[in-house]
Amino acid sequence: MNQMSIPSPEPGYTGYVDKEHHHDMAGDTLLGFWIYIMSDCILFATLFATYAVLSTSFAGGLTPTDLFDLEFVAVETALLLFSSFTFGMAMLGAQQQRMAQLLLWLGITFALGGGFLAMELYEFYHFSHEGAGPTTSAYWSAFYALVGTHGLHVFAGMCWMIVLVVHMLKDGISSTNFTRLSCLSLFWHFLDIIWICVFSMVYLMGVM
Amino acid sequence: MATQNQTVTTHGGAAHGSAREYLWGLFWSVLLTVVPFAMVMVGGFDTGLTLAVILLCAVAQVFVQLVFFLHMNNSSEQTWNTVSAVFIVLIVAIVVLGSIWIMNHLNHNMLMGH
Repeated sequence: MNQMSIPSPEPGYTGYVDKEHHHDMAGDTLLGFWIYIMSDCILFATLFATYAVLSTSFAGGLTPTDLFDLEFVAVETALLLFSSFTFGMAMLGAQQQRMAQLLLWLGITFALGGGFLAMELYEFYHFSHEGAGPTTSAYWSAFYALVGTHGLHVFAGMCWMIVLVVHMLKDGISSTNFTRLSCLSLFWHFLDIIWICVFSMVYLMGVM
Repeated sequence: MATQNQTVTTHGGAAHGSAREYLWGLFWSVLLTVVPFAMVMVGGFDTGLTLAVILLCAVAQVFVQLVFFLHMNNSSEQTWNTVSAVFIVLIVAIVVLGSIWIMNHLNHNMLMGH
């Protein structure tokens, strides 16, 4: 029988980051995550296409003009826009190895994301209460699917932030943790880009 | 080029920003958001013009976010990021515009929409 001997990993071996090749590995991770984000773009493209096709299928029910409140959406947009900026400031803190700055800006980003999500949930509740739920018409199904998927992404990003802060507090701003933060940064800015398309196509064009 | 726009590229394509760059990004984002919102909220403008302004501001703001927040540039380290992004833009255009085009024709042929 051939006996394969697998050398046991050295203590401290984590399975991914090899110190010598750290820069290339981090680059590969980020490119891989970038490609994931590109595939997420296709997911949103199908939802936007569905929304566009069904944009006048109200089935005699409520229309966006009856319900959309642009001032409300403007505040939502401002929250997400500023959170993109504050995440950038958190990245700068991490680059300069300043843990306090990183945690402060990440905390502000988390709060802004939470505010956005709370407003979105209130809006969904309000619309459903007024008689425009996900089952009202094809239009509202497409609306909830598109805006809801974006909201779920924001929620996932916020969960990720909590996990990352635990990592940061445990290991400090290590190179592995910095790569993780860079991935989350890509994700968060991507959500902001999707929201630009949502407020332009859904809200502004909806009440135009 | 790298010193001009305050971007230092390391980590195989993941560039680092500066506070100044993020502030500029925020400034342009706010501007490109306020303009279409104001135009729709004030109202009274030509529908075609409003539509054009909304679309232009959206596309411009996507580029602002890509450049100032995601630090995309034309450095060789980012070739694959850019190539995949261009490919995805093509796919997204086919999916979105193709769906609208086909479904509009279908609606027309079925004599719906009346």
